[in-house]
Amino acid sequence: MTSLTAQPGSPTAAGRARAVPPATRRPGFAGTLRSELTKIRSLRSTYFTLIAFFVAGVGFAIAAAEGNRVSADHGPFDATAMSLRGAVYLGELIIVVIGALMITSEYGTRMIGTSLTAMPRRGVLYVAKALVLACVTFVVALATSLASFFVGQAILASTGEGASIASPDALRAVLLSAAFVTCCALLAFGLGAIIRYTAGAVTALFGAVFLIPLLAQVLPTSWFDEIVRWLPGGTALGAIVSTTGPPNPHLFGPYGELAVFAGYAAIAVVTGALLFRRRDI
Amino acid sequence: MIEARGLAKRYGDKTAVAGLSFTVKPGVVTGFLGPNGAGKTTTMRLILGLDHPSEGRVTVNGKPFSALYSPMREVGALLDATAVHGGRSAYNHLLCLAQTNDIPRTRVEEVLSVVGLSEVARKRSKGFSLGMSQRLGIAATLLGDPEILMFDEPVNGLDPEGIVWIRNLMKALAAEGRTVFVSSHLMSEMENTADHLIVIGRGRLIADCPMGEFIARSTAQAVRAMTPRPDALARAVAAAGGRATITGSVTAGGSGELEVHGLTAERIGDAAFAAGVPLHLLAPSRASLEEAFMELTADSVEYQGAAHELRQLAHTGRTA
Repeated sequence: MTSLTAQPGSPTAAGRARAVPPATRRPGFAGTLRSELTKIRSLRSTYFTLIAFFVAGVGFAIAAAEGNRVSADHGPFDATAMSLRGAVYLGELIIVVIGALMITSEYGTRMIGTSLTAMPRRGVLYVAKALVLACVTFVVALATSLASFFVGQAILASTGEGASIASPDALRAVLLSAAFVTCCALLAFGLGAIIRYTAGAVTALFGAVFLIPLLAQVLPTSWFDEIVRWLPGGTALGAIVSTTGPPNPHLFGPYGELAVFAGYAAIAVVTGALLFRRRDI
Repeated sequence: MIEARGLAKRYGDKTAVAGLSFTVKPGVVTGFLGPNGAGKTTTMRLILGLDHPSEGRVTVNGKPFSALYSPMREVGALLDATAVHGGRSAYNHLLCLAQTNDIPRTRVEEVLSVVGLSEVARKRSKGFSLGMSQRLGIAATLLGDPEILMFDEPVNGLDPEGIVWIRNLMKALAAEGRTVFVSSHLMSEMENTADHLIVIGRGRLIADCPMGEFIARSTAQAVRAMTPRPDALARAVAAAGGRATITGSVTAGGSGELEVHGLTAERIGDAAFAAGVPLHLLAPSRASLEEAFMELTADSVEYQGAAHELRQLAHTGRTA
């Protein structure tokens, strides 16, 4: 075993030379962040998913803008919202997979035991995962919504109907779209931590984001109007991407609707954290 | 140093580990033995803090696992070699573990070469054989150059070459003064590797003693003898204070077979010589784990209960 101990350094209690330099400070959050970044970077599925998200978002913006350009008889429309809708709707569909997998793949492969043997402070591991997920998602989502916006507006510019990023409403819509997609990823992550199975987490998320708003529409109109602003995803999206005011007068404004959705994501992430700390692995 | 005191774990109404107390000391390979389902893996998970004990406590170097300053520098544990993300390369798998404890990248290259995986370091681990996965798992345990190493059933599914490699590695690690704690349900494997044994059954401690003592403690040690005059040998053995059972009658070839308990091969040979009985074979057969284990647990009320249940089950099976 000489190769194990060949490195010079201070001796161990047993008198061997150390093969690894001693920790100068207690390893913790910074290292675990790097570790989680390595994990997400080192999987092909990450790239496939993120590229699919970008292509789908921009592709939708192109299709929507082209469709609008060639049809002459359309009425007034929200050019910004038109270009961003694909990025958020498809983002919702695609990004949630990355969000859930961030933690469920550790259970699926049973890697979680190894991860927690390396870093047994569960809160540190959990927060590092959530933070890396949020940062990666936000960067890619922002790139997607910016690209969608510019490509869409470039096409609409020939008809003189394009919006400019310089308008505060458009910039807000672009930024909030990215923030919304990030919240989707975090909601999926939280559900993943609670449910611990990829399929279960993704199904639960689709149920919450697509099915609940849909089912709510069977309610009497007066009831629906009361609760619509509290529904996750779905209708809230209209308010977030809009530059011409909420599509439904009973909704909060864009920041309000984002805050509601972020609240759901926070509940899932915090519940997941509590269970992650307490449960046996 | 690993210390368990009154460790218990229940899953619902099933008790996996009950009142387990033991100490794993440095400088020797400590074998953790017991049949499948005895609670070995549960105990290891409790040591690593993956599961929370229902009662009692277990410490590593005097602290709960989660309170260790730099866990990978103190403990390297391999519970399940296949528990890796198959889409990640061996190098990145080790790198993401090393980073959590601020272990430099150079160490990743180093352990890859120690376990002989440098050539395939950039390949996704999905295509690894079980032997390669075991090597990758062991590489991970070595990353922090820890003083304590834990392996759960490390030779399962390995070819003979891999078994010898792991056995030598564990011995070398212990010889360097490290604490090596390795579980197995195979007595034969432990005989070749372990210096000390901790034996559990049904989650309870059955033995905690040096290997030699454990084997010697077992009176299930038998000697197989072949002779053309089995009845005469049986009488000679009985006269010398042993017990002989005739297990094979005299064949056309001329030998009958006996199993002798309570006497060493030397004493049987001497007794046979004195009685003028020719011997064709005299072979001590070491007690297998199952024999030693069943014998050690024979007094356990719980085990008699289990045996009773088994008989009942067999009985109802017949009448059904």
